[in-house]
Amino acid sequence: MTGPEVVPAAVAAAAVTDPELPMLTLADLGILRGVEESAGAVTVRITPTYSGCPAMEAIRADLIGALRRAGHRRVEVRTVLDPPWSTDWITPQGRRKLAAAGIAPPGPAPRRSPGPVPLTLGARPAPVPCPRCGQPDTERLAAFGATACRELRRCPGCREPFEHVKEI
Amino acid sequence: MSFDDAYAALTDHQDDTRWAYGTGFSDPLAGVPTDVPGGVDAADLTAYCLMLGDDALIMSHRLQQWVTRAPELEDEMALANIALDLLGQARLLLTRAAQAEGAGRDEDDLAFRRDAADFRHVRLAERADADFAHLVARLLVFVTWRLAVLDGLRGSRDPVLAAIAAKGVKELTYHREYAAQWVVRLGDGTAESHRRMRAAMHAVWPAIGELFRPHPVPDRLAEAGVAVPAAAARAEVDAVLSQVLAAAGLPPPTATDGGATDGGAGRDGAHTAALDEILAEMQGVARATPGGLW
Ligand SMILES: [Zn+2]
Repeated sequence: MTGPEVVPAAVAAAAVTDPELPMLTLADLGILRGVEESAGAVTVRITPTYSGCPAMEAIRADLIGALRRAGHRRVEVRTVLDPPWSTDWITPQGRRKLAAAGIAPPGPAPRRSPGPVPLTLGARPAPVPCPRCGQPDTERLAAFGATACRELRRCPGCREPFEHVKEI
Repeated sequence: MSFDDAYAALTDHQDDTRWAYGTGFSDPLAGVPTDVPGGVDAADLTAYCLMLGDDALIMSHRLQQWVTRAPELEDEMALANIALDLLGQARLLLTRAAQAEGAGRDEDDLAFRRDAADFRHVRLAERADADFAHLVARLLVFVTWRLAVLDGLRGSRDPVLAAIAAKGVKELTYHREYAAQWVVRLGDGTAESHRRMRAAMHAVWPAIGELFRPHPVPDRLAEAGVAVPAAAARAEVDAVLSQVLAAAGLPPPTATDGGATDGGAGRDGAHTAALDEILAEMQGVARATPGGLW
């Protein structure tokens, strides 16, 4: 059933926010992989950030709820695993929103060269600037943060701790 | 939904599914094509996904047991994150196993309603850790091996397995850095930490041989382009472990092919009493209250 109040499915789905990074929409985060409308049914494709991402259930429920409120009654949410999500898919707008919220956005994801994945043993990664004061390099406090995608850092300039979305 | 009103964001829902916790998660492979590729034996694919899924499930449970027991809060978060990644890999792999089996079971049946002799993980995954050094030694071996195996599976002819592997490789790369840096920190630390890290590497060493023991299921699937043979990861694992031991100032443990860990192989369902303890804890609630929600 459609009417003048119906919001296009692609618009409604793109506006849904991520439960763990709520300053970002699913589109900003790059996990929304497609929205199709056909014969009154909507198919949304999403991809998880990490295999164990516990937010996938909530995201699925949020998408179905948002699309229903936008006037779409028949909604199917499909998982896409290939290709795997990369932080390179976070949009420029998403990166600006992360920085504005005090979270350092990721740098370029590591490039894979042929052969086994090298073990770096903490060899100095690219510097992460402070999202508060702009100090060009900061120190890592912990490689694993409050969610799978974040690590905890501290700025030697303003002394503030902050989170950084890890490159993956 | 507005970020400005967190309360509204939390309560703005038309159904309560997210507030119920139980065993009835939605299919983590919802919408992913489920066909078994032509020329691939479905029973072998089921068995292989069970092996890889059980490795991750049981190792994840062992890591979860360290939460509240780790030396620092940051390490509890790290271990919880690694456990969560492995649990996610396990859910995908058990779901793939259930699809390939085609007997109407799902990931919950496989995780919560199987007996010890039906689990197919390597024994390394179920070992209890005597202290934190033992944990990081075992974690290093496990994730180094798993990274090598999954990296080889990125080109699997089973597209679902290939996609699960490609995702897992990125996660395991972080896990391996974490474990390796702890082994180096302890091995290259005080006399006491060096002594205990050395003892831990020595203790885990005999469990390594089982990881590369040939098994007919992966070997047959390797012929079909779906799996990597069990022995194939050995060179990469040896190289990485040597690199870490050298950086940690630890001598290579003197043993042993370790082929016969206590006389049985987890891949064939021969497990130790450690698994009974794990399953009693992991399956207790699900078995006591079938279909329960809380
Ligand atoms: Zn600063």
